Parts: sequence; structure tokens; C-alpha cells
Amino acid sequence: MSMGEPNAVHPPAIEDPRKRAMLLAALYIAQEQNGWLKPEAIQRVAKRLELSEGEVKSTASFYTMFRLAPRGRYHIQVCEGLSCYLVDGAETIIAHVARRLKIRSGETTPDGRFSLEVVQCLAACDLAPALKVNDELYGHMTTGTIDALLEKLHQS
Amino acid sequence: MTKFEPVLTRNTRYPDSEKIATYLAHGGYETARSAVKMQPDAIIEMVKRSGLRGRGGAGFPAGVKWGFMPTDAPQKIVAVNTDEGEPGTFKDREIVERDPHSVIEGVIIAAYAVGANRAYVYIRGEFFLGVKRWIKAIADAYEQGCLGKNIFGSGFDLDMSVHRGAGAYICGEETAMIESLEGKRGSPRLKPPYPAQIGLFGLPTLVHNIETLACIPHIVGRGPEWFAGIGTAESKGPKIFSVSGHVNQPGNYELPLGISLREIIYEYAGGMRGGRALKAVIPGGASTPMLTASQVDVPMAFETLKAAGSELGTGAIVVMDETTCMVEAACRLSKFFAHESCGRCTPCRVGSVRLYEILERIRRGKGQKDDIEFILEIARGIDGNTFCPMGAALVNPARSAIQHFRDEFEYHIANQRCPVSGKPN
Ligand SMILES: Cc1cc2nc3c(=O)[nH]c(=O)nc-3n(C[C@H](O)[C@H](O)[C@H](O)COP(=O)(O)O)c2cc1C
Ligand code: SF4
Ligand code: FES
Repeated sequence: MSMGEPNAVHPPAIEDPRKRAMLLAALYIAQEQNGWLKPEAIQRVAKRLELSEGEVKSTASFYTMFRLAPRGRYHIQVCEGLSCYLVDGAETIIAHVARRLKIRSGETTPDGRFSLEVVQCLAACDLAPALKVNDELYGHMTTGTIDALLEKLHQS
Repeated sequence: MTKFEPVLTRNTRYPDSEKIATYLAHGGYETARSAVKMQPDAIIEMVKRSGLRGRGGAGFPAGVKWGFMPTDAPQKIVAVNTDEGEPGTFKDREIVERDPHSVIEGVIIAAYAVGANRAYVYIRGEFFLGVKRWIKAIADAYEQGCLGKNIFGSGFDLDMSVHRGAGAYICGEETAMIESLEGKRGSPRLKPPYPAQIGLFGLPTLVHNIETLACIPHIVGRGPEWFAGIGTAESKGPKIFSVSGHVNQPGNYELPLGISLREIIYEYAGGMRGGRALKAVIPGGASTPMLTASQVDVPMAFETLKAAGSELGTGAIVVMDETTCMVEAACRLSKFFAHESCGRCTPCRVGSVRLYEILERIRRGKGQKDDIEFILEIARGIDGNTFCPMGAALVNPARSAIQHFRDEFEYHIANQRCPVSGKPN
């Protein structure tokens, strides 16, 4: 799964004299290389866009999708928003994933394969309870479908 | 009930609805083709007469906003807001993923009318599929001569590009979105100046929600009178309602504004799950005040929801049945806002966290005697005292829950447990 490609500004899209506007796209591309923004990656982006490292880091830290520390190969985000909670979902799903992976929200498995994050609404409330694995959305989760999904990810 | 013929979601029933071939096969881009030969003023006049109001939450009249764009500026911009992050809302995801071309067509018409030659589409970072489809859609539109130089041989030029957000709710606020498009932290700017005066890169910028722009080809193609014939006195046109929570068929339902909440829940969304009784509804996304079951006949329109003490917001309906603990509901929503405060101003940064902490302790059966008054006092301290409208929004869940279900809060505090579940949560 490539994260870099959709963030490149579209080729026919014209001039962008203001280099700074490229920062988010540049950070996505840099992040793609190691799965997180290593200090060297921040340095490179800063140099390319003629910004200070502090400025780049401060901007990156504002956005939850930029990772300033490594995460698992499969980053699982489980929604705890109201709609997901209402369908008797969020709590059960979060507890089940945590039990299966033996990690809590914010942690990564020792083998580096999985990390877990409890998040707010994924704009998929019709699919409640919902979760994401990297960029892929999964809806109507049950303990059964979670087991199947984790099994699949274990094999891959 | 007569079936409402979908307007904004009419294409999504086709397979491959996101492809340009599908769009062209159903008459796509024909309206833009004729629009770029009209007088720009005449188009602005049509949008004014249609009565279209913004679908991003605030409901500002679109035509009036177009009229604010200066005529003498050499460079202007149109920016599409698809940062959809308001909990309960998932209408924009459907449009962004499944019908990009109707939005591109709306943008062409809007850009031509206000004299902009550059358009930016800002898409929520989590909508990865949407970003991918838009890159393809824009490339195809260039190839077909719908974008680029001399569009449809009219002499009008328009360039467009996609920008991926990176996970921050506040970037949906238009000035924060502009900051983010400039590659900065998404901190809101002070208004005025409004984006129509000084927006992206200091240029006049017309910002619209994606659903608002999807209405434009229909207004120009079928006429403003047709559009204004749908809806109520002050709320015109079709609207996509996202319905979730305790209903049998959660989903997006495109219906005329002014339809009653009751009809949406019971006739379209399949009624209440397990036949249980309705208790409360959030009518327009997490930041709009809750309503109670007794208000379920309210028409879903800007003016009627305001009169009922809430707002139409994004039209995202969250349905809660009798098994729902209202302290829990308010607590969850407040946690979202506490997490998403951008931190720029103190009442929001500190107040949102305090609100959440107090709700959380009441929920856990650890509430203190004066906690309800304490919440209301903090809410008063936030509302009206923040840099951007997020402050006014974030107090709504707690304040409306207390207004309608105060006894439930009191019970939690007095008995250290929940009157609904019977448990200390
Ligand atoms: C905290 C906050 C978040 C917002 N989020 C969004 C959003 O995700 N999408 C959106 O279209 N408008 C959002 N808005 C409203 C925008 O500021 C702006 O009013 C809107 O994009 C204008 O488009 P419209 O006139 O078509 O509604 C938000 C406003 C606030 C205060
Ligand atoms: S009200 Fe909240 S979100 Fe808005 S500027 Fe202040 S801290 Fe940021
Ligand atoms: S509340 Fe879970 S996706 Fe919206």
C-alpha cells in the first residue's frame, strides 16, 4: 500500500510558488519511507523547503497522522465515537483487540507488527462499529470478524 | 410517502459512479459547458435566487458569499472543504468517494462566476480512497478539456489540485483549512477579514463545503426556481442526512429540507432498533444541541431547528434509544472536543478538558454535589469567549444534555450509579 502517491500534487496542477504549501505532502512522502518521520527525514524536508527543523517538527506534531515515533506495521485505529458506542460496539471491540494483541491504546506489539490507537469518529458511523487498519476502513465489526482480520494480518 | 427523486446522490446508484465515463454518459459537464458562456453575474444571481445555504454547518447563503468576492482582484481561488470530521457526519465521504465529477462541475461553474482560475480540494487525511479517486478524476477532467486552459473553448482557464489533510478536526474551520493548505499548523485566523477578502496566499478565496458545490450544477442546469421549490421558507433544496445510532438502517438519506425528523427515523432509516423507545436525538452533528423524543416532529430545516433550540448543522442525525445514558453520551462527545481543541485560546483549551473531566467523574459515579452547576459555569465561560466558533460548539453536548435530562445527572451524583444501566459505569 503506497501512501506517497496520492499526496503528490497532481501533475497538470500548476505552479506553486509558495514552497511552504508543499509541506504536508512532503511530510507524507517522507513518512512513507520508514513508516514514521525519523529526525533525518524531518531534516531533509526542512532543507528542501527552506524551513527550520523546529518549524517542520512543530507543524508535523499538530497533525495526528504524522508519526514522530515508530508504529506497528499494521496500525489499528478503533473508533470510540458516540455512534460506534451506541451500537454496543466500541467498548467490546476495543477490549477485544487489546486482549488479542496484548497491548493498550498507544502501544505496539514487541514484534513491531501491530499498534493500537483508540480514535474518535472515522466518518463511518453508518458502518458502526468501525475501525481502520492503516488506510483501509472496516465496518460492522464483531469479535468474530476481528479474529479473522487479525489472523489474516498475522499471515501476511 | 412519495419517493423523493435523488439529486445529489443520483449518480451513486450507478456502478463506477466515480469514473468520468459514467458521469459523461449521464449528461455530466453539460451544465458547465453552457455556464462558461453565460454572464458571470447572471450565475451569481441564479445562486442567490435559489436560496442555497451552505451545507458545511453554518448555513450562510451561498449567493451572498459569491457576491462578496471582489470583482477587481486579478487572482482568486475556490477552495472545497472536504475535511468532514464532525462526529456523526459521513455525507461528504459518500460524495468525495463516489461522485467527484459532479463536484468538479460545480467548482468550474463557481470559479467561472467569481472569476477564479485556481481551485483547491482539501480532503480529510483519513479519506484515502477519496484522495486517490480525486487524483484520477482531476486527471481525467483535464484530459477531457473540462479543466486546464480554455475550458470548453470558452477562453476560461481553471487549474485544480487535491490536498490531503493530516488528521485535525479544526482544519474543517475555513480559516484553519486555509492555514493548512499553506502548509502550516491548522490554527484559525481572526475574522474579519473573511476568506472572500483575504484567503489562501492572501488572495480572495471562496470556501464551500463539498455538498454545497454539488448543488450548483443542478441550480444552474434546472433553474433556481426548481431548486427553491424544494424545502421550506428559509431552507431550500435537497440535503443529505447521515443517520446513525439506534436505528435499523443507518446510512445517508437524501431528502428535501423540511422533512420531519420522525419521517427520517421511522420511514427511511428503518425505525428504532429492537422496537425500543426513542429518547434523544442529535440533529446536526456532535456540536448541535440534543433534542428529546417529544421534539421528533420538528422539520429538518435551519429555521425550525433553531426555533426548537438546536441547529441543522451538517444534518447528521444521531439517534439514541431509552437504554442510552445521557451522561455517557455527553461525556463521549465532550472527550472529542477536548481532544480536538487546537489550543490557541485558553477558554477552549482548558475549558474543554475541564468539562470532559467533570462529566467523566459523574459517569464513573464519583460526581460531586455542585458538579452540574460547575459544568454550566464552565460552559458560560467558554461560550462567546473563544477565538473561533469551536468554543460555542463544544459546550452544546453537555449543556443540552443537562437541560433535557438534568434528573439523570442528579441521580448519578446522588446515587453514584447510572439510573439507566443501574451500574456504576
Ligand atoms: C470547528 C469547526 C469545524 C468545521 N468543520 C467543517 C468541515 O469539516 N467541513 C465543512 O465543510 N465546514 C466545516 N466548518 C465550517 C467552515 O468553517 C465553513 O463555514 C464552511 O466550509 C463554508 O462552506 P459552506 O458555506 O458551503 O457551508 C467548520 C467550522 C468550525 C467552526
Ligand atoms: S476556540 Fe478552540 S479550536 Fe478555536 S481557536 Fe480557540 S482553542 Fe482553537
Ligand atoms: S462514531 Fe465511529 S465512525 Fe463515527
